[in-house]
Order: sequence, then C-alpha cells, then structure tokens
Amino acid sequence: MIEALLIKLVIAAVVFGGVLNLAGLHTWVERKQSALIQDRIGANRAPIFGFKLLGLFHAVADAIKMFTKEDVVPRGVDRTLHALAPFFSVFFALVAFAAIPFGPQLVLGERVIDLQVAKIDAALLYIFAMLSLGVYGVILAGFASRNNYAIMGSIRATAQMISYEIALGIALIGVLMVYGTMDLGKAVEAQGHTIAGGWIPLWGIVAQPVGFVVFLTAALAETKRLPFDLPEGESEIIGYFVEYSGMKFGMFFLTDFLETILVACLATTLFFGGWQVPYLQPDGFHFPWGAELPLANWIYVLLGVTSFTIKVLAFCFVFMQIRWTLPRFRYDQLMDLGWKGLFPIAVVNVLVTAVVMILLGGGA
Amino acid sequence: MAVKVVQRPQLTFWEKLYIPQILCGLRITFRHFFRNLFLHIAHRFGRKTDVRAGVTYQYPEELRPLFSRLRTRHRLMVRGNGAPRCVGCMLCETVCPAKCITIVPAEHPDPDVEKFPVRFDINLGVCVYCGYCVEVCPEDAIRMDTGILDIAATSREAMKLDLHELMNPELRKPVAACGLDFPHQCGVHGGELRGSWEETLAALTHPE
Repeated sequence: MIEALLIKLVIAAVVFGGVLNLAGLHTWVERKQSALIQDRIGANRAPIFGFKLLGLFHAVADAIKMFTKEDVVPRGVDRTLHALAPFFSVFFALVAFAAIPFGPQLVLGERVIDLQVAKIDAALLYIFAMLSLGVYGVILAGFASRNNYAIMGSIRATAQMISYEIALGIALIGVLMVYGTMDLGKAVEAQGHTIAGGWIPLWGIVAQPVGFVVFLTAALAETKRLPFDLPEGESEIIGYFVEYSGMKFGMFFLTDFLETILVACLATTLFFGGWQVPYLQPDGFHFPWGAELPLANWIYVLLGVTSFTIKVLAFCFVFMQIRWTLPRFRYDQLMDLGWKGLFPIAVVNVLVTAVVMILLGGGA
Repeated sequence: MAVKVVQRPQLTFWEKLYIPQILCGLRITFRHFFRNLFLHIAHRFGRKTDVRAGVTYQYPEELRPLFSRLRTRHRLMVRGNGAPRCVGCMLCETVCPAKCITIVPAEHPDPDVEKFPVRFDINLGVCVYCGYCVEVCPEDAIRMDTGILDIAATSREAMKLDLHELMNPELRKPVAACGLDFPHQCGVHGGELRGSWEETLAALTHPE
C-alpha cells in the first residue's frame, strides 16, 4: 500500500516537476525563438559566475523578480477572490496533466506501473472539465479586480474560451468514435496499429486529419495566445489581469504556458500516437519489411517516454512558431472563425466519420 | 463629375481558405529561424563570421559603425608639445548658436604665440551639435570626431567639459591632473600661472 502510494508520488513529482520546468523554460524559448525569427539575438545578459548559457538564466532572474516584486492590491477589491483567481488558473491547468499518459506500462518485477498520475476511465472528460474550470480563474480575476477594463477583458476571454470549447469538444468526438474510448491510455494503445500493409502507423492524424486541424485551431484559442490573444494582448489591449502584480501576475503568465504545454500533450496523445514509436510493439520493433528487433520492457518504456517528450516539445515549438507568425484576429473575425468556421467543420467531420466507420464495417 | 473606380484587392480562393496562407507565413518564419540558428552555430565554430546572424548590435561591447561625417563629442587638438592648438580667437564662442562655449584667453608667455586659452569650457547639456565651431575654427583646433556618443551624466555640472577633458577625450571627471573642481582654476592668477598648466607652459617657455 505504502509502495503504491510512493510510486504515485514519484510519478506525480516527475510529471509536475517536468511540466513546471518546461513552463519556465518556455519564457526562454519564447525570447530566443522570437529573436531568431526576427533576426535578433535575444536575451543574453544574465550571467552567473560569467556563464551566460545562451541567456538561460533569464528564466531564473524572472522568477526571482516575480517573487520579490511588490504585490499591489487595489483599494476596494474583494481581497479573497482577488487572491484566489490566479491560484484557480494555475491549479486547474496543472491538475489536467494528471490524466495524460506519458509512457507505456512499466513492468518492475511483479508490479505493473501505469506511467500516468491518475488512471481515469473518462480522462478526456476530466481534462475538458479542468480546461473549462480554468475560465473561472479568468472571470474571477476580472470580476474581483474592480476595474471595468479588467471585467471587459475577462468577458472577452470567457466568450472566446466557451465558444472554442464547443468546436474543440466536437472535434474530439470524431477521435472518440475512432478509438471507442475516453481513456487516454487505451486511446494511445489503439494508435499502435498500422495500416497499408504495416507501413503507416494508424495515428489520430491519419484517421482524423480534419479533426486535427479543427482541434489545433480551437486549442490554440483555448491557450489565449497569439493569434487568439484578444483577452490580454500583451502590449496593446488591457486584459483581465491588469490589477495583478508580482507573483500573482506571474501565475497568470505561467498558466498561459501550462495551457500551451497541456494542449501540446493533448495533441500528441490524441493525434500523434502519444508515446507510440512507429513500428514499435511491446516486444520490440516489427518493421514492415519483415525485420524484427526484440527489446526489453524497460527499453520499450524508455523509448516510449522519449517519443512522447519529443513530440510534446515539437508541438510546443510549432505553437511558438505560430505565435510569432500570425497577427491577432479582430474580435468579430474570431467569433466568425469559431462559430461559422470550426463548428460546422467539426460537425460535418463527425458525420463523415460515422458514415465511413459504418461503410468500413468497424466501430461500435 | 469625374468618378474614380477604386479596385479593391479581392482575395483569391486559396487566400480565402486561410490555411495555405498560414503555411506561407510559417515558411517565412521557419526560414529565418533555421537560417539564423545555422549561422549562430556556425559562428560558434568560427565559420561564416562574415554573415551576421542578427541585424542588432550588442551595444556596449559592439559599437555600431559610425559614419565618418557624424558629429560626436568635441575634442581640442593638441600641438606636439602638449599645448592646445587653440589660439583663443573666440570665433567658436561667437558663432555658437547655443552659447555653450566659454573661452577665457590669456596672453601667451611666448612672444611668438599671441594668445592661448586658460579656460575652454563646453556645456554639453546645452550644445546642439551643429558643428559650427568646427566649421569656423581657423586653426582646426576643435573637432567633433571622438566617436563618443554615450554622453550622459547624473548632474548638470557633470555635463560641462573643461580643457583637460576636451584635450583628452578618454578623460572623465574628476580630472586628476588639475585636481580642482569645475570650472578648473588652471590659468593666470595675479600674473602667475597655476594648476597643471604650470608644467606644460614651463616646458614650453623654457625648453630644457
């Protein structure tokens, strides 16, 4: 019993430690990647003992600054809600990671360990619930700030997030139909099959290309980053966290990065085979040209975790690239895209998926 | 009445689809990203150093190339014996539109030289960098070619340059050679030279 608890604790520590560090690293990636895109050098002025390490210590400097800055609470605000809002945001973004499977089952002697913090049957529903609850942090921040601009910012954010959650949800119904399960671990296992004589792994993107595009767009809108950053708009638009300073502001900042990573994890899990490596089965590689390479369980697990990490990092990179490529939408364009573009496409995608599945004779 | 029909640009089918255009934009950013990434790595190994990976300059370490005609902080030219080339003709003080130059001339101990400046102060906080003083000088004694752009100080007093600083652009206040606060007291006091000028002019008037 104690052992099981300890194992869970270790897994939780690994996941949250990894995720939080990746979020911290995102500030560095954001600076350096944008610098390279825009022919600049980027932040490189935080040496520790003379080592600059490509400006990597700027993330540390940021954290120190955030923690030591004055925390200004405006006069007349609801102090409880004002303090709670950033914690809500971060909390719901963080707990959603619990349901992400980041590796195949690890066999240690008698024990079979799921590399997943919480093995939930309805993991997908759980993640969506947490994503939706994230809106509370946003709306509380605007509401508790006692600032009209903040309220309007939070209303914009809420409208955007709710609109796009619908498209997001419907886009994932197609995926649910293909895998026939809400359990993300089983969904990833289902993506281990291959088609076309074993050449192409049957990942979600092969089965649901349209669903993937809709999911990616809606998920980017969920993260409230460019080109969907109307709720805040770093330099121009007054957002829902104007009245926040110090680490409370830092938490909203962190939430943005956490949501980006969460979306990258979701996209990997649902559409890019999660921890699956092409042609890798639990007992080793089975190449379509007939070659086989048997592997031990721990190598299989290691390859799986590596594969998952690389895919997530690649998605983070692509999201960052998109963020520095596209300009911001106008608000009516945003709503048009959500309701007149993505929503109908997602619905048609579900219908087409259903028809195709019946024609192929598969499905439930 | 003449009517001009303005042709508004219409989006083509591919542009309306939006996604191909996103990919076009991504192609540009990816091209820049990987080009610069490659160049940065190449620079680390000492290759391709003639191609810049960024258009920005790392300012305090790396100065921008200055155009040769750019007017920067003034300097006073120095003769071979260490005395200023200035003859105290007051033309620059007269022509200065900002009235930032103050010259106190004195009779030179050497009868071959008519005058010399005992004080030559420029208040950089007032100077407009018009360059008239350089244009008007008959002796080519003042130039604005030091390349010093980072003229900044925490007080108005520190913006005032005296003769020592003008003759040695590397010097910054306080000037040890004079040892006196601005305006420096080098010069003629009751018919006697005092301050660091004493040595310079002593060497000038009594060589060896």
